[in-house]
Amino acid sequence: MRDKIKILAGAAIFLAVALFPLWYVRTTGKASIVPEPRLVNAGKECVNAKEYMREYHMTMLNEWRDEVVREGRRSPIVIAGVEYQKSLSDACMKCHANKSDFCDVCHNYLGVSPTCWDCHNSPKEPKHEIR
Amino acid sequence: MKYDKNYELSRREFIRKAALLGLSVGGSKTLMEVVFGDDILAASTDENPATVRWAMVVDMTKCSRREDCSDCMAACHRTHNVPAISNRRHEIKWIWREPFVNAFPELKEGRLRKDLYGAGFIVLCNHCDNPPCVRVCPTRATWRRQDGIVMMDMHRCIGCRYCMAACPYGSRSFNWMDPRKILDEKAINQDYPTRTKGVVEKCDFCAERIDRGMLPVCVEACKEKALVFGNLSDAGSPVSGLLAGRFAIRRKPELGTRPEVYYIV
Amino acid sequence: MFEKALSGSRRYWTLVFILLALVGAGFFFYLRQLSDGLSITGMGRDVSWGFYISQFTFLVGVAASAVMVVLPYYLHDFRAFGKITILGEFLAISAVSMCVLFIFVDMGQPFRIFNVFLHPSPNSMMFWDTVVLIGYLLLNLFIGWATLGAERKGVAPPAWSRPLIYISIPWAVSIHTVTAFLYAGIPGRHLWLTAIMAARFLASAFASGPALLILLCMIVRRYTRFDPGREPIQALGKIVAYAMTINVFFIALEFFTAYYSGIPSHSHSLEYLFFGLEGHGSLAPFMWTSMGLAALALTLLINPSTRHNERWLATGAAAVFFSTWLDKGLGLVVGGFIPSPFESITEYSPTVPELMISLGVWAIGFLILTLLYKITVAVREEA
Repeated sequence: MRDKIKILAGAAIFLAVALFPLWYVRTTGKASIVPEPRLVNAGKECVNAKEYMREYHMTMLNEWRDEVVREGRRSPIVIAGVEYQKSLSDACMKCHANKSDFCDVCHNYLGVSPTCWDCHNSPKEPKHEIR
Repeated sequence: MKYDKNYELSRREFIRKAALLGLSVGGSKTLMEVVFGDDILAASTDENPATVRWAMVVDMTKCSRREDCSDCMAACHRTHNVPAISNRRHEIKWIWREPFVNAFPELKEGRLRKDLYGAGFIVLCNHCDNPPCVRVCPTRATWRRQDGIVMMDMHRCIGCRYCMAACPYGSRSFNWMDPRKILDEKAINQDYPTRTKGVVEKCDFCAERIDRGMLPVCVEACKEKALVFGNLSDAGSPVSGLLAGRFAIRRKPELGTRPEVYYIV
Repeated sequence: MFEKALSGSRRYWTLVFILLALVGAGFFFYLRQLSDGLSITGMGRDVSWGFYISQFTFLVGVAASAVMVVLPYYLHDFRAFGKITILGEFLAISAVSMCVLFIFVDMGQPFRIFNVFLHPSPNSMMFWDTVVLIGYLLLNLFIGWATLGAERKGVAPPAWSRPLIYISIPWAVSIHTVTAFLYAGIPGRHLWLTAIMAARFLASAFASGPALLILLCMIVRRYTRFDPGREPIQALGKIVAYAMTINVFFIALEFFTAYYSGIPSHSHSLEYLFFGLEGHGSLAPFMWTSMGLAALALTLLINPSTRHNERWLATGAAAVFFSTWLDKGLGLVVGGFIPSPFESITEYSPTVPELMISLGVWAIGFLILTLLYKITVAVREEA
């Protein structure tokens, strides 16, 4: 291990460069570009708080999926007197009807490509310019 | 009331742990049941314990048998976004017509009643009580509900096609390609998903309609009333009534699969 | 030890790059399969498993190369196999790796493959097959690497490798048995629904695995300074002769039951494979080639004068390998789907992309084999 110093220094430089996005945001406190999802029906209440939905909507959708498909538990969820079907197309997309302006904006930003819409239909949207 | 995620998670976790515990302490008998038994998920479905057993009777004396009548098939395939693929190898079918001697190959020996030779019989998933497809599935993507419906979870299917090898009725179809490339975009039923390439699908007795108290869409579409659907556990149901009074046969009952689609010939 | 695979002759690197080129070609076609789906293969709703699963089934058998040298060496103290156990184990590693890859390329949703472990299903033979195959791969990896490492240092193999070696013997039996159970427990596929399916799998495995090992030993002797010796190769020849005889006997048993009982559905698939059914018989030439090769192999291997001649022994071993490949790696799987549950006939032939992907997987297997054998030979040449 004669080259211990060189190896460690090289590794440190590599990590510093590779992790640039993380420590930059951590130290400056802001990212240069932040996704701005737009809502069609803003103001209406969702099945859960905005913060919860932002972080856990995929977990919740997976749970709905298992309840409906695997356990046949299709009874609607009642929030503040409003009934919601446990369904992406029949519930979520009724309000969040603008997939490209709402869903895709964040998903593209994070580089995730959920397979939901390989099968599930999303509402037709008017053609608009590519962002 | 807020949607409580912790409650839901813990319930699921409990079921999983209970199942594992049952496996580990149950001894050899449980293991044998698990390996060879019909329904390993019985513990996790709490509704409808055997008071409901959905079944179908195909009354071939009423079926028009006309080549140009495709009401049941068209309604099903339109509702469930089943693409019409011209290449026979890649066909996807939930309910279709098969000549009598092909649907019942073990009965083709000897002389048959004359009209049966050309007759097209309506075939679909038999929703077996002892389904081989469920037995072989390595991910439980297909399983038998308490009410007897053999379900498919297209989210979980890995596309190994073991169920297609195991089904003795040829009832299962595989998406050899992306079905959305074949479906007419304007004709897609927005209320039902399409499938993605690489998963297996089949008739599910319209589980999504039954759970809302409706009849399967093929039954509703048949003008001749040749398709009868109902609860076999209820002596007063239309299927029970028909089978009590008429002679009916099932496809390949000798295989022990206990199919629940009956044919009045 | 791995550094020994990184230096070699011009011939070694040529072989490595040819194999890499084949892997690349296979990968190119696999990308097409990923985007277009399995429609680029010759499979369809009637013959829903084809070339991939056939190759997988055959290669599980080739993995028996390990147990057929490990068992005599460790249980019967048959010293002659001491030099080639490692070759058998490394061939098993290569074969099982190909098995896993062939399953993977056959999946419609390959990225969901971990669902098999996320939702374990003890009722499915495929679940158990995954478990025993991965177990066998790990066993041979640990055993082979540990014994070769010890040999290099000139010390006894580590104590923990002993129990693993003993476990690996019944484990080898399990991979053939469980793979046979994939087929033998299915109602309505009459070609497969036979109680001797697992026995047939063991017999054909014990023939095809050691047969390939004979050929590999001869290649290693020819191109390197490591000589496995005449005795182990002759002993393997005897094993192959017995196993192939039993294998052919089992095939004859299937014919007796199917035809003497006279139950139509039981003979349909055999009828299709060997004689053609309702004018369809595209596999018949292959099946008869397989039978011809089997007859040739038995003649050469049972007769001591030809078996003792290494040239004839090699011919016999090659005949066994290709005979079982045609019988198990093509006829058995495809034949089970013909006729269909509706007793209609859809024939199957693999497409070019399907064959190229398969060739790519075989190339990966031979690349693994080449690297492992290179390391082995380098260690042996040093000693």
